[in-house]
Amino acid sequence: MADSPSQNPERKSRYTSGRGIAGAFEGETVTRRRFMEGTALAVGGIATAAFALPALGFALGPIFEDTTPTRWQPVGPEGNFVDNDYVPRVINIAPNIGDAGKTTIYVRRFNKKQDKVIKGEDPQPYVAISTRCAHLGCPVGYKSAAQKFICPCHGGIYGFQGEVLGGPPVRPLDRFYTRVTNGQVEIGDRFSVNSKLERFSPRDPSNHLDGLWQYLYPARPTT
Amino acid sequence: MPPPIPKFLRPSPPRPGKGSNGRNGRNGAGDGGVSTAAPTVKDRAEEATASTVGWLDERSGLSPFLRGFLYRKVPKGTNWYYTLGSATMFAFLSQAVTGVFLAMYYEPDPTRAYESASHITNDVFLGEFVRGMHKWGSSVMIILIFLHMGRTFVFGAYKYPRELNWIIGVILVVLTLLMGLTGYLLPFDQRSFWATVVAVNINASGPIVGPYLADFLRAGSEFGTTTIPRFYAIHMLLVPGLIAALIGAHLYLVAKLGTTAPPWLKAQKKDLMKEEI
Repeated sequence: MADSPSQNPERKSRYTSGRGIAGAFEGETVTRRRFMEGTALAVGGIATAAFALPALGFALGPIFEDTTPTRWQPVGPEGNFVDNDYVPRVINIAPNIGDAGKTTIYVRRFNKKQDKVIKGEDPQPYVAISTRCAHLGCPVGYKSAAQKFICPCHGGIYGFQGEVLGGPPVRPLDRFYTRVTNGQVEIGDRFSVNSKLERFSPRDPSNHLDGLWQYLYPARPTT
Repeated sequence: MPPPIPKFLRPSPPRPGKGSNGRNGRNGAGDGGVSTAAPTVKDRAEEATASTVGWLDERSGLSPFLRGFLYRKVPKGTNWYYTLGSATMFAFLSQAVTGVFLAMYYEPDPTRAYESASHITNDVFLGEFVRGMHKWGSSVMIILIFLHMGRTFVFGAYKYPRELNWIIGVILVVLTLLMGLTGYLLPFDQRSFWATVVAVNINASGPIVGPYLADFLRAGSEFGTTTIPRFYAIHMLLVPGLIAALIGAHLYLVAKLGTTAPPWLKAQKKDLMKEEI
């Protein structure tokens, strides 16, 4: 071939003028065709990113923001609760979605004999157990006669403290912060506990909180 | 003397290099010259379909493509099992059509979803039928897509050069299952609510990314106001668009590469060759 590089050394030049391109500037290395290609790609890329990135952020945004403010919900006067049995109460955990946002919790007074105070944690005046099973989130029910929480979905069983006695759950039942204001028991945010009932930020069901496992299930910005 | 024919009904002049005036008249066919007899309205009506198709074909060049696509040769031994893919596609089309009409009545709002779904079933004319088609059709589509996958696997039709089509097919299976998952929430009764709670928490059980994935699906840490709209948008906009596009790619590759003969046919051919020798 006549224009193969070996026979036509001018084609190897890195300067457009050296390659005999008409209208080349002195010292120019990028042909106008290549420049236009690059410009078209860059402009197309910027235009695509201009709508794709905001849309992506829009969809992923809820992962990174905590939109649920702390709310203290009264569940009745102190006299309604004892320290050796649970009383069911309904609280609202998600606003504006009707009954779907409500959940049952079980409340009892802090029991000085049975409940241990964990070092470094302020003890809660009341124990409020979440009914969200720590396996996959089904609603557990408290059986007063057996003093156990039973999950109807996959057979998880929890003891009086919410600790796992059997079945697939990976950690004890979640709890809620409690306080007493003007004689009324109030329920605050959810928190999770590990098998020693040490407090963690709220996790999803099925997230382990013991040993090395806890590092595979990080705390999330949403909670 | 008859009245003058309107201009749009007059025969067009012959094309260069053509003897007669072609598509527009049978009157001058074969005689090599321009005929003086005009076509009647009846003649034109009879040719309306052919001339419309011809008009489209001349401007789009579709007929070689369609001929190659619809009249392609298939191997000997092609049988009813080869229709499972088309059956799956028709199940998808049925889902798409019934889904579009369900969307006219459904309200993706946590406080209205159950009411509007009940309204479709109980009050809307044929609503029970259309919703039933969509509900049962979803199961039909899942069954068909797995039968199609099994047929492809058992017949060895995933082998070279059709690996890419297998990969596209696997993505289609995943997307179809995603349709099932996101659609299950929408009636918003007790079953669909708790099934979705469990499904989202199964996603949350994945290490590291799981909790974030669950947050993405719920649009937050709890099942909230925007969870149903999110599932609804994924169910009716995002995934169906992807499925339609990938079905296009899937069909293109089928037409391009052709289908495989059933495996037992090769064995017969070997026997035949032995006999011939």
